[in-house]
Amino acid sequence: MQQPSAEPTGSERKGMPAAVQAVIWVLLLGLLALVAMGLKRTQQGTVQIGDKIPDFSLVFFDGYTYEGKNEVQLSDLQGKIVVINFWASWCIPCEDEAAALESAWNAYKDSGEVVFIGADYVDTEPEARKYLEKFNITFPNGPDLGTRISQMFRIKGVPETYFIDKQGVLHYIQIGPFASEDDIHTILDGMLGQ
Amino acid sequence: MKTEKKWLYGFILAALVIIAFTNPGSAFAQDNTPTDNDVNAIARQMFCPVCENTPLDVCPTEACKDWRELIRLKLTEGWTEQQIKTYFVEQYGARVLAEPPMQGLNLLMYILPPALMLAGAAFLGKAFLSMRQNAERSKISIENDKAAESAEDKYANLIEDEINKREA
Repeated sequence: MQQPSAEPTGSERKGMPAAVQAVIWVLLLGLLALVAMGLKRTQQGTVQIGDKIPDFSLVFFDGYTYEGKNEVQLSDLQGKIVVINFWASWCIPCEDEAAALESAWNAYKDSGEVVFIGADYVDTEPEARKYLEKFNITFPNGPDLGTRISQMFRIKGVPETYFIDKQGVLHYIQIGPFASEDDIHTILDGMLGQ
Repeated sequence: MKTEKKWLYGFILAALVIIAFTNPGSAFAQDNTPTDNDVNAIARQMFCPVCENTPLDVCPTEACKDWRELIRLKLTEGWTEQQIKTYFVEQYGARVLAEPPMQGLNLLMYILPPALMLAGAAFLGKAFLSMRQNAERSKISIENDKAAESAEDKYANLIEDEINKREA
């Protein structure tokens, strides 16, 4: 008499197919890589001094132009020092440096060697316009649409100001407002003297 | 005289009632100003990009106040909810949306959780099935053992009987 076997046969013991297991492992590793990249980016801080700044463009608010154009491309500014200031109308510390920035712009704009650009961070246009009028800001300003530029610089807040040298390399970062206009002159004169 | 006055008052009253009910357009002037509820209905579908994880309708910051006013302004201008949301995405990026668009890496958020749940359910189902099969196998094995034991007993009894017969 043949007894039924209690032991599972080879085919019963077979688990998930190897291809499915491989796909699951690849997916899990991919997910881990994504999380790791996200964490790295979060902890990375702003762009670093000495970094080559990638190209970007900024469309200005109506009424603002640079060399007759209502848009600027960083790559078009090679050979000039670029000061990019991130600000917002709802940002109280930004108001502390607005007049100093405008005054410094007026001091350098005729030299043609320095360009000031204002990037308005997560703001509404009516409030931004009021702010620009209030401080009589004349240097080119535009909204950072989709926060693309601020994400590229990985800014942590506003105001933040980045000084890019004539070769397109980041030279200095100012986190928070400038204490005085002299601070701006010191940085720019140092860059121009190099 | 008194009757004439009564008629006059009656006439004026009737005229007012007729004007009020036959020309509602002038009685209830068009008011296009969106209410706070209208604004918040859209605002709650968005998040403040400055103070993370705070819905726009309850965010107390100055920036959020400005954005709510912007929603009100756009509603007043006749923009639809979708147009306003699209405008906000263009201005501040897709991260302002409470429900990110189903594209790019965002797809993972929509696909992964249900996929993981399905995989988990499949795993549990398989484990449950395997446990049941094992239990059945154990049951069969025990029954076989018992049958074998009883068969052995049968032969042992026969041998014992034979021994007893011979001794007798």
